[in-house]
Amino acid sequence: METLNANLWVDKYADYLYNYTIVRVNNVEVAQDLISETFFAALKSKDNFKGEASERTWLISILKRKIIDYYRKINSKKGRAEVHISYKNEENGGDWLEENAADLLDQNAEDKMENSELGLVILECLEKLPKQQAQIFKLKTVENYDTEAICKEFNISSSNLWVIIHRARKALAACLEENWFN
Amino acid sequence: MKYFLNCKNAAHVCDKAQYSEAGMLSKLLLRIHIFICQRCRGYVKQNTKLTNTINAANLHTLCPKKKQSIKSKLREEIQKQQRP
Repeated sequence: METLNANLWVDKYADYLYNYTIVRVNNVEVAQDLISETFFAALKSKDNFKGEASERTWLISILKRKIIDYYRKINSKKGRAEVHISYKNEENGGDWLEENAADLLDQNAEDKMENSELGLVILECLEKLPKQQAQIFKLKTVENYDTEAICKEFNISSSNLWVIIHRARKALAACLEENWFN
Repeated sequence: MKYFLNCKNAAHVCDKAQYSEAGMLSKLLLRIHIFICQRCRGYVKQNTKLTNTINAANLHTLCPKKKQSIKSKLREEIQKQQRP
């Protein structure tokens, strides 16, 4: 049975939750707030965790509710004045710009979702690596930190760094081969 | 001067090349190496594919400062919970 270890949540899952959120709310600050709210809500209700799902799945289920709440809140601020009417099936309607562009937007949205799913699979794979290895790999590859800056921060030599990167890349490639390309 | 890389060095150059940190000469030597070494050719292919995949994913990470601040607040909260 899975048990919770709240001390490790941020290191292990923050990036995963962040990627999940950012494509759904499209705002850095909102995403950050939702994630910290999620962690606190999770901590409060951690007695409800039954260990049936993984820790991450459980956190995501809380995050999902937070995202829905967020949209409810901004929609109620707008005064619920938006009414969507589709002209698509009528003969003369449908010359609204939004409606004409809908197909193109849908395509983009789908691509984005596919990419974000890939992102989540990559982060899942990184969760399996040793903590420091994953951290260093992310800084180097995603944040594009200088080799020198990372070496200083973690107090390692540059050849240490490249060994870590090499191991991370090999493990990640194998994990993706199994979980994404197949 | 060494004109031929061994497999370990070849992998190292290949890793560096993924971050545009490999020099021209090193990259040339890598090319020569993978021309004759099938295993390293495989590694270069796999490594390049990984780089492309990661770029396609358009990953974001939560900024380290924000992580740290959530972490410390969370730690306080955990300690509060543990006290009766």
